[in-house]
Amino acid sequence: MVTDARRCGLTVLVSITVNKQRYERQVEPRLLLVHFLREVIGSTGTKIGCDTSQCGACTVLLDGVSMKSCTALAVQADGLEVTTIEGLANGAELHPLQDAFWEKHGLQCGFCTPGMILASHELLRTNPDPTDEQIRHGLEGNMCRCTGYQNIVRAVKHAAGTMAGQR
Amino acid sequence: MSTRIFGSGIRRREDPRLITGTATYTDDLTLPRMVYAAMLRSPHAHARITSIDTSKAAATAGVVAVYTHADTEGALQPTPCAWLLPDSDLKVAAYHGIAKDVVRYVGDIVAVLVAEDRYAAEDALELIEVEYEPLPAVIDPELAHKDGAPQLHDEIPGNQAFHWTVAGGDIDAAFAQAEVVVSDRIIQQRLIPNAMETRAALASYTTATGELTLWNTTQNPHIVRYLMSVVTGLGEDKIRVIAPEVGGGFGSKLAVYPADFVTVLCSMRLGRPVKWTETRSENYQATTHGRDHVQHVELAAKRDGTVTGLRCTVYAGMGAYLSTAAPGVPTILHGLMLSGAYTLQAVKEDVYGIYTNGTPVDAYRGAGRPEATFMLERMMDLLAAELEIDPVDVRKKNLIPKFEDGHEVITSLNYDSGDYPAALNTVLDHADYAGLRATQAEGPANGTYLGLGLATYVELCGLGPSQVAGAIGFQGGLWESAIVRFHPSGKVHIFIGASPHGQGEETTFAQIVSSELGVDTNDVKVFHGDTDATPMGWGTYGSRTTAVGGAALALTARKIRDKAKVIAAHLLEAAVEDMDYEDGKFFVKGAPDQHKTITDIALMANVAWNMPEGVEAGLEATTFYDPPNFTFPFGAHLAVVEVEAETGVVTLTRYIALDDCGPQINPVIVEGQVHGGVVQGIGQALWEEAVYDEGGQLVTGSMLDYALPRADMLPEIEVLNTVTPSPHHPLGVKGVGEAGTIASTVAVYNAVMDALRPLGVTSIRMPLTPERVWQAIQQAKG
Repeated sequence: MVTDARRCGLTVLVSITVNKQRYERQVEPRLLLVHFLREVIGSTGTKIGCDTSQCGACTVLLDGVSMKSCTALAVQADGLEVTTIEGLANGAELHPLQDAFWEKHGLQCGFCTPGMILASHELLRTNPDPTDEQIRHGLEGNMCRCTGYQNIVRAVKHAAGTMAGQR
Repeated sequence: MSTRIFGSGIRRREDPRLITGTATYTDDLTLPRMVYAAMLRSPHAHARITSIDTSKAAATAGVVAVYTHADTEGALQPTPCAWLLPDSDLKVAAYHGIAKDVVRYVGDIVAVLVAEDRYAAEDALELIEVEYEPLPAVIDPELAHKDGAPQLHDEIPGNQAFHWTVAGGDIDAAFAQAEVVVSDRIIQQRLIPNAMETRAALASYTTATGELTLWNTTQNPHIVRYLMSVVTGLGEDKIRVIAPEVGGGFGSKLAVYPADFVTVLCSMRLGRPVKWTETRSENYQATTHGRDHVQHVELAAKRDGTVTGLRCTVYAGMGAYLSTAAPGVPTILHGLMLSGAYTLQAVKEDVYGIYTNGTPVDAYRGAGRPEATFMLERMMDLLAAELEIDPVDVRKKNLIPKFEDGHEVITSLNYDSGDYPAALNTVLDHADYAGLRATQAEGPANGTYLGLGLATYVELCGLGPSQVAGAIGFQGGLWESAIVRFHPSGKVHIFIGASPHGQGEETTFAQIVSSELGVDTNDVKVFHGDTDATPMGWGTYGSRTTAVGGAALALTARKIRDKAKVIAAHLLEAAVEDMDYEDGKFFVKGAPDQHKTITDIALMANVAWNMPEGVEAGLEATTFYDPPNFTFPFGAHLAVVEVEAETGVVTLTRYIALDDCGPQINPVIVEGQVHGGVVQGIGQALWEEAVYDEGGQLVTGSMLDYALPRADMLPEIEVLNTVTPSPHHPLGVKGVGEAGTIASTVAVYNAVMDALRPLGVTSIRMPLTPERVWQAIQQAKG
C-alpha cells in the first residue's frame, strides 16, 4: 500500500500514535484508518466485517472515544491517539472487559470481539452502571452472529461491577 | 484433579488470544512477495458474455495479472458437487472457477485480477471491459420448474437438478380415511449465513517444489485438500491446507468455492503468494445461502387429534450451480426428519431440487432440519386450531413415548434415545403455560395480542456412519480421528481431524482427556485445522465434532489408560488384572496409597528404561471412530409474543428453549451454542431474508439491507435442559451446534399466528415484518 501510494505521488505524511507507539507514514489520502492499522502498521487485531459500517468489528478508540475505524480516513487520525484491542490490556494483566468476556463466555468465534469489547468500553465510559436494556441499546451498532448477544450483555454487566470496585 | 471436570463450565482455552487481538485469521496473514487477488463478478443474474477486454486493466500500474476463463481453460476442473444423491436423476451442471460464456447469478466470477495491493486491485478491476447480452432470469424455485421458465443449463430440462422422494406407510389410505386434513403453502425464505469473518484464501505455491500451502476460512480443511487436488491436479501429498482462526461458519464455510480454486491457480501461475479476501457485499453474492424452499404440506388426522399422515411437495432452490453438499440438504437432512418427535403412520415427500439464477444454496445452521421441523410443527398448530384443542394436547396425543435404546420411525431412521414428553412438560411448567393461556383468554390489551408458539423437535446429528454416507451418495467418509500424545513431563498434545471454528472444542476436548486420564486441562493442548499436522478428518458441520470427534478422542484416551495400566502394573510388580484406576492414579486394588500417576507413566513410557515385556515405548494412541448410528438430540421450545394490531409490530417477550443433547461436557459452552442457534432461528422468523428482484438482482446486497438480529431486538433466552444419554456413544453426548436453530423459527412463527388467530390470520410469508403482519390483518378484515 505504501509503495503504491508513493508511486502515484499522491501521498500525505501522517503521524498516528497507536497503542502508545507513534507511527509516521506516507499514505494515500483515501486510505481508511482500519487499513492503516491492519495493512500499513500490521496491527491486525482490529477486524473488518463489512463494507457499510454496520458491523462494528473495526471499532477502536480515537483519543479515548470509540469509533468505527472503517468510517475514518487515516489522515483524519493524524496527530491523534488510537487504542486497539492489542493496547487494552496492561501487559499481561487483562482489562476488566477482556476478563469479563472470557469469564462470561461472551465470545465464540472471536471475530466481532475486538470491536465488541471496545464498543463496550465506550458504553461503560459514558454509563458506568448500565441496565441490561441500556447495554443492548449501547451495543446495537455491533453485530455478533455466534452468541445471540446474551453472554455479551452478561459480560458487560460483570465488567461494570469489576470496574466499579476498582474506582 | 477430579473426574468432575466433565460437566464443568470452565473458561475457554481459546479465549486469551481472541480477547487480546492476537489470534490470526486468514486475512491477518502477510507473506513475502504476496500479491492481492480481486474477483470481477457478474452484475447480471443471467447473461451471455459477448466480449471481455482486459487490456486496459492489465496495463495499469501495480497490476500483476488478469485471467478470464479463456486463460484458465483446462487448468481447473469444474468445482465439484460432493453429495451425489442416488435414485434422484441428479444432474450436475458444470460450475467453472471462472464462468465460461454464460453467467448465471449475480456474483458468478467473470475474471480475476492480481495486483500489488488491495486498492490497486479494486481500482483496476473497474477497467476490465465486459459486454453482456442479458438473458431472462428466474429466482423462485417453483416458478423455475414450470413450463416456459427461463432455462439455466441447456442439458438440464425444467431446471430440475433432481427429484427425490421419501415414503413410508400407506399415505393414500391415510388421506382417504382422514377425518380432518389441514394444509398450507410455506415459504422458507433464502437466508444469508453472515459469519462475521468473510471468506478468504491465501495461496502460496512454490514453483521449485510444486507444493501448495493454502490458508483458508474453512470448516473442513481435509475436504478442501482432497477437492483442491481433484480440481487443480496437484497431488494431495503436495497440498497443505490450514484453517487458521476461523470467524464462524454456520455451514457457509463447508463448501469449496470457485474463488479459492482461482486464487490457487493465480499463485501457481505467478509463483507468488496470492491473498483474496471477500468484501461483505461480495460475501452476500458469492458465499452460499441457506433454506429457499417452497413447501406444499398436508396433514391427515383423526378428530381425536391422532396424526395419520404427512404429505408434501417441496421445491428447493439450489441457485445457479450445485454447491458441495447442496443436494443432501433438502433431502437426506430434511425428508428423513419428517416424523419429528411423533408417531406418524405414513409419510410421503417429493423434493424437487431446482436450478435458479440465485447464489448457490447449501447447508446453513440446521440444514434441512429446521425446514422439516417447521412443516410438521406448523401443521400441528393448524390441526389444533381446526379441532379447537390446545396445541399442547395435539402434540401430547402423538409424541413418541420415552425410549432408551432405539426407536424406528416411519422414515426408517432409528432414533437412539429420547424422552419427548418430559421435554415438553418441563417447558410448560417452567413457562407457566396455563397461566399464559389464562392471560391470553382475557383478550387483547390496548390492541396488543398475546401469542404462544410451541415446537418440539428431533435432530439428526453426529453425521454419521460412513457406510450410510456411501449409501446416500456423500462423496466422503463421516468418521473422525484423534491422536493423544503424552510428552515425558506428562503434558499432552491432542491432534484431531475435525476443525472447530468458534465452538470451543479446544476446551471441551481438553476436558474429555482430563476426565478420562486425570491430567489438568491446562496441560492439554488441542491441535486442529492443519492437514500436515493433524490426522484425516471430515470436518465440523452437522453438529458432529463432539458427537463423532469427541468419541474418537474418548476412545483414544481409554487406549492410553489401558496401556498405562500395563506399565503401572509392571512398575508396581502386580498383575494387570489386579490393577485399579481412579482420577489419574493406577494402583493395586485395595492399596491406593501405593500408586503411579499418569505423569509417572508418561515419563517411563517415554524414557522406556523399564518397560514390560513386549510393550512399545511411548504413550500415544490413535483412533478412527466411525459411529454406528447418528445421534438424535431433541427438545421443546416455547415463544411468547405480543403483536400490536395497529402497527403489525411483533415483540418477542419470552423465549424458552429446552435442548437435550445428552450429558454436557461444558454447560456454559452448551448454553452459548443454544443462545446463538435460537437467535438465528428467530432471525428467520422475524427479520431475515435474501431478497432478489424479478430480474435476479440481490436487493439485500449489503449489511445495510439485510436485517441481522441485533442486541436490542432480543429478550433474555431462558435455557433449560434434560439429559438423555445416547446409548451408542462412548460419552453419551449427542451434539448441540445446531440445536437452537431447529425449533426456534417455527416456535416464533406459531406464536405470531396464535396471537393473530382472533383476527382470522392463518398464514403470512416470513419474515414477519410489521408491514406483512399489518397487511395480513387488513386482508383478514376484508
